Amino acid sequence: MKIHEYQAKEILRGYGVPVPRGALAETAEAAEKAACGLGTPVVVVKAQIHAGGRGKAGGVKLARSPAEAKEIASRMLGMILKTHQTGPEGQKVRKLYVEEGLEIAQELYLAVTLDRVTSRITFMASSEGGVEIEETAAKHPEKILREAIDPAVGFLDFQGRKLAFGLGLKRDAVGKFSSFCRALYRAVVDTDASLAEINPLVRLKNGEIVALDAKMNFDDNALYRQKQIAAYRDIDEEDPREAKAKELDLAYISLDGNIGCMVNGAGLAMATMDTIKLVGGAPANFLDVGGGASKEKVTAAFKLILADEAVKSILINIFGGIMRGDVIAEGVVAAAREVHLRVPLVVRLEGTKVEEGKQILKSSGLPIISADNLRQAAEKAVAAARGQA
Amino acid sequence: MSILVNESTRVIVQGITGSAGSFHAKQMMDYGTAIVAGVTPGRGGEKFEGKVPIFDTVSDAVKATGANATVVYVPPPFAADAIMEAADASVPLIVAITEGIPILDMVRAKRYLQDAPGVRLIGPNCPGVITPGARCKIGIMPGHIHKAGRVGVVSRSGTLTYEAVFQLTQLGLGQSTAVGIGGDPVNGTDFVDCLRLFNSDPETDAVIMIGEIGGSAEEQAAEYIAREFRKPIAGFIAGLSAPPGKRMGHAGAIIAGGKGTAAEKIKALESAGVRVAPSPAELGTTLQEALKRGVRSGGR
Repeated sequence: MKIHEYQAKEILRGYGVPVPRGALAETAEAAEKAACGLGTPVVVVKAQIHAGGRGKAGGVKLARSPAEAKEIASRMLGMILKTHQTGPEGQKVRKLYVEEGLEIAQELYLAVTLDRVTSRITFMASSEGGVEIEETAAKHPEKILREAIDPAVGFLDFQGRKLAFGLGLKRDAVGKFSSFCRALYRAVVDTDASLAEINPLVRLKNGEIVALDAKMNFDDNALYRQKQIAAYRDIDEEDPREAKAKELDLAYISLDGNIGCMVNGAGLAMATMDTIKLVGGAPANFLDVGGGASKEKVTAAFKLILADEAVKSILINIFGGIMRGDVIAEGVVAAAREVHLRVPLVVRLEGTKVEEGKQILKSSGLPIISADNLRQAAEKAVAAARGQA
Repeated sequence: MSILVNESTRVIVQGITGSAGSFHAKQMMDYGTAIVAGVTPGRGGEKFEGKVPIFDTVSDAVKATGANATVVYVPPPFAADAIMEAADASVPLIVAITEGIPILDMVRAKRYLQDAPGVRLIGPNCPGVITPGARCKIGIMPGHIHKAGRVGVVSRSGTLTYEAVFQLTQLGLGQSTAVGIGGDPVNGTDFVDCLRLFNSDPETDAVIMIGEIGGSAEEQAAEYIAREFRKPIAGFIAGLSAPPGKRMGHAGAIIAGGKGTAAEKIKALESAGVRVAPSPAELGTTLQEALKRGVRSGGR
């Protein structure tokens, strides 16, 4: 799950990670008031969207007076920000964060995330802070310092010193950097964050180390025990169908094609999409109904696919292991009866209880096109989408 | 004639009284797996299906039955704990089926396993391990699609493993052992571990490995294959058509060091001498071609 910068900073502040003072504003007037309240000669008005790259896209502006903050805010609210992380459709700005201006001496990069190779939470730091960090990582991987954290003992002081001296920080800043890291690690572990990225992390002219920006992502599997984090969710930032899918505990991603897909397992779902592409079609979505899906869940998944106007045919590809063929079939039949099925439906069933499943589909009397293997299923779905069923 | 599990594998089912646990315990028994015990805390002393004794702890189950493998169907909030309990009881093979375990729980569990030598974890979030020739199935895969034979299968994806096995069986190519290593970012056994086992298994003639986008497990496998693997090998990477998703932050791209796309993985595998299937509908036929091409000379 993703959250906004202002929310991430609220969390970090609670763990003693130094962040600038700031206030949320949803109107231009509130932005002006926030700037007044901060009382610094310069304030920064920052668009709050769930994507990085805001600065380049015009989503971060300096204001030298509360009146200017108001004017900037009135232009920024409602604008569509397009960054390299939003996709071409961009993201509408609904909230602003107004922050005190600070005197920056140095910009650094710091991130905490899982390294899948070592299975350890890992700190990554670089003296090349700012927007070009990915380029730095690609061209000069040696400039990215790494420290893997042993979960049995947590973040250790010497690791903070290694990173700090490696970044070229002077002695007086080393202690501050280390305590910053220790607090950040605690925040990550306590909240089940899958990512905390501070870009830039800044050293101020007065010597303080501060998180100028903050991004945090969280492990969806852990939200059951992170009620406070779950409450930070902002549905406005999500694709409506993806948001609906999340409520139903389905993995769904909207795509541009016209063949709706319902598959069990992420790998088979991707392979099904790959096959559709290979036979000349285009998938309308990625949808993994998961392991132990119930009849209700299958029905809901079916409705979700049908809610997409672009869908011209549906391909259901289920290879039952934990998922039983009869359960899938019952769900499909129930859903097809409940909603008006306006497009051809191709079904390929294999695995546990497959014969029972096929029987349920056959005796339902619904116009279901059956397929015996993956390629055939994809070909039939593509043909059906073209009206050749 | 297999890796990991065989005729002498005696299995505990952790979470045997839950809905997934009981359904699949029954399926495993029907297939022929020696299910010797169940574990559900607080239900010790009861019997599953009137014959399998249930214990309160894994350690009790091991002492009473001499089990040498366990399968975990425990719900996600308690699954990492169940894995560590099995490691504490020194069960040599732990197969974790549970999907949706919090990542940090698995980071801790994996750390715990480091101090349990001789214990191997498969999964989590995987279909399990099956050796059709020994009628030993530990997991949730549909048993009837398998056939005893000499092809090793290793896969990150559950249902795509079934697809691969199904295609092999239809071509008359049986399997020595099929292993699902699971799709979670933190797992116990990786491609390299399984390939190493298949490489030294005299009853495995060829291997098919199924990967997917994300992480760098396939790239690591490619390095190992080029270096040591001696048998014909076919592969597939799911996700070639996946659009580059919206993402947040740079850390994901940086930590992987420019790895993780389907194209990069396919390139890595092909340059290691793996015959990569052009489509998921051709998993079986690609392995067949790899077999025809014959035994690798070993390394490059």
